[in-house]
Amino acid sequence: MTSTGCRFILICSGKGGVGKTTLTANLGIALARQGMRTAVLDADFGLRNLDLLLGLENRIVYTAQDVLSESCRLEQALVKHKQEPKLALMPAGNPRMLEWLKPEDMQKIAAMLGECHDIVLIDCPAGIEDGFKNAAAAAQEAIVITTPEVSAVRDADRVIGLLNTRGIKPIQMVLNRVRPKMMANQEMLAVDDVTDILALPLLGLVLEDEQVIVSTNRGEPLTLNGSNSPAATAYGNIARRICGEEIPLIDPSKVRQGLRAKLSRLMQTKIF
Amino acid sequence: MTLRDFIDKLLRRQPASATTAKERLQLVLAHDRSDLNPELLEQMRKEILEVVSRYVEIDFSEGDVSLETEDRVTALVANLPIRRAKVNPGQPTSSDEAESPKAEAAQEPEEPALSEAEKEPVVG
Repeated sequence: MTSTGCRFILICSGKGGVGKTTLTANLGIALARQGMRTAVLDADFGLRNLDLLLGLENRIVYTAQDVLSESCRLEQALVKHKQEPKLALMPAGNPRMLEWLKPEDMQKIAAMLGECHDIVLIDCPAGIEDGFKNAAAAAQEAIVITTPEVSAVRDADRVIGLLNTRGIKPIQMVLNRVRPKMMANQEMLAVDDVTDILALPLLGLVLEDEQVIVSTNRGEPLTLNGSNSPAATAYGNIARRICGEEIPLIDPSKVRQGLRAKLSRLMQTKIF
Repeated sequence: MTLRDFIDKLLRRQPASATTAKERLQLVLAHDRSDLNPELLEQMRKEILEVVSRYVEIDFSEGDVSLETEDRVTALVANLPIRRAKVNPGQPTSSDEAESPKAEAAQEPEEPALSEAEKEPVVG
C-alpha cells in the first residue's frame, strides 16, 4: 500500500453477528476523539450496516462505487460525522458491485483514503469468500473479533489462518460479549481458553452490555456520548491501545464481588 | 483441570460446559487446520499401524494416532505401545531390540507426505 504512514486495519470475524460493525463504528468515533483522522470503509457490499450504526444512513449521496467509476471525487463520497468531524465514512456501494469488484478495486479506494487519513478501519463482511478477500487485500493489519462460543471461535480460527497466509500482521483479537457470571461458573469458555486456542494477543475484552443495542437503535455509538457503560469503556480502551497506550485488560472474574463470586473463583482454581 | 472439574468427576456429574467446549474446539480445530477429515485420519491410522506392525508387535488396543494442536501448530501424534520386536520382520530391516515402550511420531501438517511414521525403537 502506498501511503504516508496511514494504518489500514481490517476488522473481521468469519462468523456473522459477533460485533464487527459495532466495533468498527465505536472505534471509528473513539479514534477520531483522540485526534486521529479516521476513515471507516464499509467493505460489506452485500449487507451494509455501518452507515446505520453511525447514524449516517440519510446522508449518503455517493458510494465507493461512484468513486471507483470516477463519477465523483473521493471527498464527495466521504460522509463526515457531524459531532466527530475527524471521522468519515466511505459507504459501501450497490450489492451488484460484487459481480465485478476485485481486490485491486479495494486497494485503490484504501490508498485514496490513506492519503488524507491517519487510520483506515475496514469493516469486513462475514464469511471467507470474495468479500473477505477483497477487504483483506486493502489491509495491512487485522483485528479479529470473536465471542466465547464454539462456532465463533472456530470461524475466527479459519480467518486467522487465511490472514496468516496473506502475511497480514499484526493480528490481534477482541473478545466480545463476555459474561463474567457464566465464565465464573465455567459455563462459558474462559478468556485464557480462547487466547490459547487462537494463539493471538488480546487487544480487548468487551463485556455483554445492553447499552450496545440501545446505542444501535439510536445510531449513536457508545463512544460518542462519553457513556461509562462497560462496553463503552472497553471500546475506548481498545482505541487507546491501538494508538500505543498501555492499558491493563479487565479481569472478568473481578467484575463481580461478594461471597458467591469468591466461591466461583475458588472453583476455577487449576489443581493440575 | 479445575477444582470444579475435579468435584464434578468425583460426583460423576457432567463436566462444566466450558470444559466440554474447549475439548470439542481443540479437536475440531486440529482437523480444520490440517484439512484432514476423520475418515482420512482413520485410513492413515490403519496404514501407519500396518507399516509399524511389520517391524514390531503393537498393542492394538492401546494404540492411538491423533492430531494435537498447540500454538497454531498441528502435530500428528502416534502413541504405539510395543509388545516386542518381531523376530522375522516382514521387511528388509532386521532388529533384535526387544523392549521399547513407545514410538512417537510428530509431523507438521504443511508437509504433503503424512503417511509415514517414525519408528524410533527399531534399531536397524
